Amino acid sequence: MSAASALSKSASKTMPESTTPALADPTAAKSVIPAGQHGIKEHSDGRFGYVPVQTRSDRFKSVQVADFETVTGREAVWKHSPIAKFTDLTAGSLDGSRYEIESTVSTDVSVEWVPRTDARIGTAGLPEERAAANAWSVFDDALAITVSGEEAKEITVTRSSLGNSARGAHTIIEAKPFSQATIILQNTGDARLSENVEIILGESANLTVVSLQEWNDSAVHLANHFASIGRDARLKHVVVSLGGSIVRVNPSVRLAGPGSDTLLLGLYFADAGQHLEQQVYVFHDAPKSRSRVNYKGALQGQDARTVWIGDVLIGNNAAGTDSYEQNRNLVLSEGTRADSIPNLEIETGDIVGAGHASATGRFDDEQLFYLQSRGVSEDEARRLVVRGFLTEVVQQIGSPELEARLQLAIEAELIGTDDK
Amino acid sequence: MSVLEIIDLHVSVETDQGTKQILRGVNLTINEGEIHAIMGPNGSGKSTLAYTIAGHPKYHVESGSILLDGVDVLKMTVDARARAGLFLAMQYPVEIPGVTVTNFLRTAKTAIEGEAPPIRSWIKDVREAMTGLKMDKAFAERNVNEGFSGGEKKRNEILQLELLKPKFAVLDETDSGLDVDALKIVSEGVNRAKANTGLGLLLITHYTRILRYIHPDFVHVFVNGRIAEQGGPELADRLEDEGYDRFLVPSNVG
Ligand SMILES: Nc1ncnc2c1ncn2[C@@H]1O[C@H](COP(=O)(O)OP(=O)(O)OP(=O)(O)O)[C@@H](O)[C@H]1O
Ligand SMILES: [Mg+2]
Repeated sequence: MSAASALSKSASKTMPESTTPALADPTAAKSVIPAGQHGIKEHSDGRFGYVPVQTRSDRFKSVQVADFETVTGREAVWKHSPIAKFTDLTAGSLDGSRYEIESTVSTDVSVEWVPRTDARIGTAGLPEERAAANAWSVFDDALAITVSGEEAKEITVTRSSLGNSARGAHTIIEAKPFSQATIILQNTGDARLSENVEIILGESANLTVVSLQEWNDSAVHLANHFASIGRDARLKHVVVSLGGSIVRVNPSVRLAGPGSDTLLLGLYFADAGQHLEQQVYVFHDAPKSRSRVNYKGALQGQDARTVWIGDVLIGNNAAGTDSYEQNRNLVLSEGTRADSIPNLEIETGDIVGAGHASATGRFDDEQLFYLQSRGVSEDEARRLVVRGFLTEVVQQIGSPELEARLQLAIEAELIGTDDK
Repeated sequence: MSVLEIIDLHVSVETDQGTKQILRGVNLTINEGEIHAIMGPNGSGKSTLAYTIAGHPKYHVESGSILLDGVDVLKMTVDARARAGLFLAMQYPVEIPGVTVTNFLRTAKTAIEGEAPPIRSWIKDVREAMTGLKMDKAFAERNVNEGFSGGEKKRNEILQLELLKPKFAVLDETDSGLDVDALKIVSEGVNRAKANTGLGLLLITHYTRILRYIHPDFVHVFVNGRIAEQGGPELADRLEDEGYDRFLVPSNVG
């Protein structure tokens, strides 16, 4: 069996709310998750070995909102989300007009509005649920960020005044062959937004996309990022969700060219009443492609809620691939819930590595006592633990200024929730 | 010279069955530089005494006092006690996810000293202490106690003892779970700490074997929540031969 290397590390304590992996191929499942391993829970609901009727790539797709039934909350993509709180985005009519952006500038990066007829639209992926299709149906123009030039460069595109009416939006980020850049999408202010972001990497492009959610407390943001990665190209994709009431950013990445490579990072901090969700999907659709997924989250406060779903599909033409995904959650208080659901489907026997890990650990009173008994104050103890936990992801972003700012933002999260 | 005094200490915990008395009038005075061994059967309250000195919130002091150089320790927070010079090497050290040993040690040292230690000498101190305890360099970058074996956790406790330089340390069964080699290494670490700083030690143990390496000035027999007898090192030998039977009143067993 070549599907190998289950590098599951254990959670420090219990896994209070962690959900269990659902695997399409039970034999692959067994090779990847040794039963009863500490920190990894096997199916406790008696469905172990249940084979979904449908492989992940076969999900229904359409750009027409009318092609999707009314959302009930029973759908795989919605069942963890508070759907009643954003019916305007799934069923209402959305404002698809242009909105205000602010952007830093760099040579070889253009930021412009392009019409719906732009040839790139629809090339990276298509909606698999109603809110995404709703947004797709209404946008007037797409915001297009086009990168050329082999030198490294960085730009930040900021949206801060989307307002409180329900919107649909579309963004294209294209990295031309051999180009290189870091694109930071920064989101602040109010929003009720459903959007699709297409990320297209030409041959040997090297692109970093950071989506930063620091919305106001009441904001609702549903995003689908679709990436298509060409031959030998590399995408680093980072989702940072700190602010907002409901934030759902779901990246789907298709490793489309041989030798393509992706690193998907996520960082989230849910405080009281916040719902932060990410459904990550990596489709190995070419030989020798490689993926790494690492999402880390902290939860603190009553009804702080996070969802992570990590689907990896290794297609039958994807020989010699190497993939690993993990999600770790750190629970800082009572009353929170973290769901963590890795799924792995393997359609080829020729694999270099495929593994996953998921764990939810508590920061508990005994840890606090231990640190305090060494002279560390309670506040400092929490900071130490959370910082230590999340730093691994922050440090991989590769933008020193942003990394420094995020460290501060994380500390602010800790303090912010202490006040509640 | 510093002194730690425990005076008529009564401690209880809340259990599902209600309040449970554990310590029933403990009296003990430890001067700086002295080594006191506390020996007693399982469940007699030894860890409770250790945790109460450190300030664990689970343990409720009903009456009595703990004074460090005349200052009321019971009024201090857990971290303030550590900064005042108290240290507890725990029987079961917990894992701290996301915090490396290096980061943890530096943070603790900074908290206790009130300022960050000079980088160069600190790195050297840490390295030397780890070498002395035969801890691989790799431990420095691992998360505190995460995946450590029982023996490695105990070494990590003594590493902190050596680096944080308390005035008084309580070692709660630091010897249990150690093989002979590890026992020697850990004991040497404790003796080094004492030689370097002249701290006072309260050594909780079930067995006399650690007392071959760390020589107590006083031995206390702890039974049913209080000190039943005290003496010099010879008392430990007697306990080894006779066990605790003669201290146990049948109605209090269990
Ligand atoms: N949190 C607690 N809840 C309920 N009972 C407790 C609690 N902590 C201690 N006890 C009880 O108090 C008694 C003393 O416990 P303690 O841990 O102090 O004993 P010990 O002398 O250290 O024992 P050992 O030699 O096994 O380490 C025991 O009967 C124990 O079960
Ligand atoms: Mg004990």
